[in-house]
Amino acid sequence: MINKVVKNVSEALQGVESGMTLMLGGFGLCGIPENAIAELVRLKVNNLTCISNNAGVDDFGLGLLLQEKQIKKMISSYVGENDEFERQMLSGELEVELTPQGTLAEKCRAAQAGFPAFYTPAGYGTEVAKGKETRDFNGKMHVLEKAFEADFSFVKAWKGDAAGNLIFKGTSRNFNPNMCGAATITVAEVEELVPVGELDPNEIHIPGIFVQRIFQGEHYEKRIEQRTVRSREA
Amino acid sequence: MLDKNGIAKRIAKEVKDGYYVNLGIGIPTLVANFVREDIEVEFQSENGVLGMGPFPFEGEEDADIINAGKQTITTLPGASFFDSATSFSMIRGKHVHLTILGAMEVAQNGDIANWKIPGKMVKGMGGAMDLVASAENIIVAMMHTNKRGESKLLKECSLPLTGVGCVKKIVTNLAVLDVKDGAFHLLERAPGVTVEQIKEATEGELIVNGEIPEMQLS
Repeated sequence: MINKVVKNVSEALQGVESGMTLMLGGFGLCGIPENAIAELVRLKVNNLTCISNNAGVDDFGLGLLLQEKQIKKMISSYVGENDEFERQMLSGELEVELTPQGTLAEKCRAAQAGFPAFYTPAGYGTEVAKGKETRDFNGKMHVLEKAFEADFSFVKAWKGDAAGNLIFKGTSRNFNPNMCGAATITVAEVEELVPVGELDPNEIHIPGIFVQRIFQGEHYEKRIEQRTVRSREA
Repeated sequence: MLDKNGIAKRIAKEVKDGYYVNLGIGIPTLVANFVREDIEVEFQSENGVLGMGPFPFEGEEDADIINAGKQTITTLPGASFFDSATSFSMIRGKHVHLTILGAMEVAQNGDIANWKIPGKMVKGMGGAMDLVASAENIIVAMMHTNKRGESKLLKECSLPLTGVGCVKKIVTNLAVLDVKDGAFHLLERAPGVTVEQIKEATEGELIVNGEIPEMQLS
């Protein structure tokens, strides 16, 4: 067993520098690497390019890095929940590359799987396809999209072990598995770091080979963005 | 004239037994409430769940189980969770049978715009570009006119496009329409709405063939 455990978040983020390109898992606030984000704020690194489906909300998730103006460029599919984001984007302070969600996921997976690029029909005929190679396959037009290149990938899983094996819970899985092994160094934070041998190999979502560092997060707020419930009488 | 629930109710009649369905945010989300109970349908949410159920009872919300609108949800027996790339394999690979989404504008050639108002509102396309580029069965759910009373069914979209030539059916508060051969074809009127009112509210070319029946909502 190759041991990937680091003792805390500051050791996990060793080597992160200003100007780097980072991948961060999560959909909305669901499944975001809360501890890594907090450490990025503490490190005061800036000029970052962040690849993440969303940009958090004003006071949580990637919104915390936006507040401190640490992000130079965001690559996301949807940013509707963050006023500060919209303000920085419309004023030109923040560079934004909006990418269709499926394309975003596939650009991660392509990087993980060693494909330099792939064709997708998404975005053909729209501004997303501007300047990109297009090609007809079976009478339908497609756009050539390139794999991401990133320095660090920060993902969050439910359970993990010292070998770096990961299991995700519910829809907090989202982009996290696709970002594992898609950057030079993948840092996984888990709610529960369990002893090696405890995870059933049949049920592992991401094998440890895709993970370089793993640690148990100190605290998870797991904030709910839209609390929707139904009454018991209905 | 229909309200948002009325639009959802009419669209629910397009959902057939055995369908996997992707519901967009807004009016489309309401469709799930009106699907007949005697058919088997599974709802997919692109953030990574198939077999979505209703909202949880108060106190049973789970931050790790949400839909694409970031709302807390539940799952039904037989449900599954998966990663984002797998989710879009279902969509791009045409495994999802029906996609229902909202729009700001639809053009008579089937173009759709729903993600950006330059200089004003830029929320992003989310999964909409992937959905409209791949789905063969797309229904747009929207109001016939915008807040300023201007038609959303146009000759040409004025906003940045989400997809080209992909919309085939639209259900609005006034009508059900097919989009084909470069025009809107009126199929049904909403209760109490006249063909004249629909013509008035449609900027694009509207084809009206014969008597147009009123929508049946039940």
